[in-house]
Amino acid sequence: MLEVTLIYGFINSTILALVALGFSLTFGISGVSNFAYGAMYVMAGYVAWILLNKVALPFWAAAVIAVFATAGLGAALYRFVLLRVRGLVISEVIATFGVGLAILELFRYLGFTGFEYTLPVFSDGSIMIGNTYVDHQRLWIVGCGVALAGGLYLFTHHTRLGLAFRGIAQDDRTSLSLGIHADRIAGISVAFGSGLAALAAIVVLPRGTISVNEGYDVLINAMAVCIVGGLGSTVGVVVAAFLIGYAQMITDTVSGPHWKMIVSLVAILIILVVKPSGLFGKQKELEERI
Amino acid sequence: MSKRRRERIDRGIKARSGDIFALTSYREMLYVAVPPLLPVIGLIVLPLLLPTYWQKVLISTAIFALLAMSWDFLACVGMISLGQALFFGLGAYCAGIMDHYWGFPIWLSIPLGTVAGSALATVVLLPVLRLRGVYFSMVTLVLPLMFERIIEATRVFGGTEGLTGLKSFPNHWVELYLLSAITLGVLFGLRRLMTTDFGLVLKAIRDNDRSVMSGGINIYAVKAQALFLGGCIGAFCGAYMTHVYMFVGMPAFALDYSILPLAAAVVGGMGTFAGSLMGAFILVPLSEALRGVGGLRTVLYSLSLVVFIVALPEGIFHYMKRKYHQFERWVEVEQ
Repeated sequence: MLEVTLIYGFINSTILALVALGFSLTFGISGVSNFAYGAMYVMAGYVAWILLNKVALPFWAAAVIAVFATAGLGAALYRFVLLRVRGLVISEVIATFGVGLAILELFRYLGFTGFEYTLPVFSDGSIMIGNTYVDHQRLWIVGCGVALAGGLYLFTHHTRLGLAFRGIAQDDRTSLSLGIHADRIAGISVAFGSGLAALAAIVVLPRGTISVNEGYDVLINAMAVCIVGGLGSTVGVVVAAFLIGYAQMITDTVSGPHWKMIVSLVAILIILVVKPSGLFGKQKELEERI
Repeated sequence: MSKRRRERIDRGIKARSGDIFALTSYREMLYVAVPPLLPVIGLIVLPLLLPTYWQKVLISTAIFALLAMSWDFLACVGMISLGQALFFGLGAYCAGIMDHYWGFPIWLSIPLGTVAGSALATVVLLPVLRLRGVYFSMVTLVLPLMFERIIEATRVFGGTEGLTGLKSFPNHWVELYLLSAITLGVLFGLRRLMTTDFGLVLKAIRDNDRSVMSGGINIYAVKAQALFLGGCIGAFCGAYMTHVYMFVGMPAFALDYSILPLAAAVVGGMGTFAGSLMGAFILVPLSEALRGVGGLRTVLYSLSLVVFIVALPEGIFHYMKRKYHQFERWVEVEQ
């Protein structure tokens, strides 16, 4: 029992980290709101499904197209919506949230609900870890999660583009004076974040069916992980994902699946009340509260 | 090639009737009196004219207008809420519980539900009053979802089925005119409130909270009062709708009650309350007229929200107010 909780808690935490990475890249590291994140995640799943089942593309092609289409949507969202309200934080939040809501409810209206909306697993089968069966897909998830988290850390600390992302979050104008085109970088950041959402969707979604409601859950989970971990910290994202992931797993086994989602909500509340900048956050420690 | 710019000048009648309080003609009196009278007449006459189905639409329109005004009021204090459903849901459940478990009559459960729901929401939000801007918004976005999940998980108050068979209004005229009166009262009450000293403090908190603190005012107390006031409006909507539907359940915390008021306030124009009313009276009947869209309703609202925030952030009301008071003309730019 303990072993199952440990192993599946680990997998659950990796899923959380994977899902939160894109949101963290956009909102946490570059300081651009993208509250259409959950919608992008779900959209990538549906696009991949349509390409697979209606257009009959091979899986890898569908996956690649889905990722690029979502990244393109992110870029378009920035160019046509976010750019015009940049700097007005509340307008950014409301506008992107509205776009996400429109996408999600459009899918609901078009009737994309049911059990047939599933993505195929990468490879079938399962292995034994100790006395617990773990299927291959979950191992893929762990592998991708570790690779992406590591990649994101290296990207934001050792590449020009990644450093530019962190630069515009700290100060728009100073970064402009250092030759960073803040608007363009912010746009790229939204596109990257959306692409990561799509990637996470392709890897994570084969576990179950694609549903519209997952869009809201993903957004809340990603927000919870980013806020608890602290904005702008990749380490924080991983630590927070493990904290919330295990907390969810334990609540799940102790009190039932209904309580699982409440964990992230409560985590957001507690951390915002106690330490709004998050466990590892350094940015804006003073500005967000009076 | 000479350059031109657009110049805005107050209309003569605005200058005559605005500052000098000696109205000398019916034209000037009407100029001052007609705009505020429009909603009054509309809300009194409309229930008489409309067929039964559209009376129901009027009810939900007025409810969303009230929620939008309460959103607008909180926004005036710098608290941008993404979860008016919190107030609505708590008010609805408080009224429902008083009716179902304690058997309170309707004229007791609505006011008590309003106050209790709002007080509860204020207490829940007290710890996050220190947060500003987007952090406060995130908490308000999360809370209604959390309440919904908690009710689903604990199965209290009827769980997913909710409480049914609650008392209804004695007749639908009481139902309609009570709501009309409250809507008008809230509209003019809030407009008046914002011009008092208390309103000035509220606006100052939005603009620069630290300078208000340095003026020796306890801004947390003021914010809590504002939250309670705004919450009362939202909770009243919930308590009222509970008795209209004769049902209260998890849909009371639905996203609709958060997003539609927000859309109405943004479309109508923030900061004036009349704009929120106008936004609701445009959006809700519009979506009702496009009955076929059904599920597309939320899509419509969120898209109008995005379009207005990007293209016309001032909102329709401010735009019309400007046209009413001022005229525009092109003038040559002096070189």
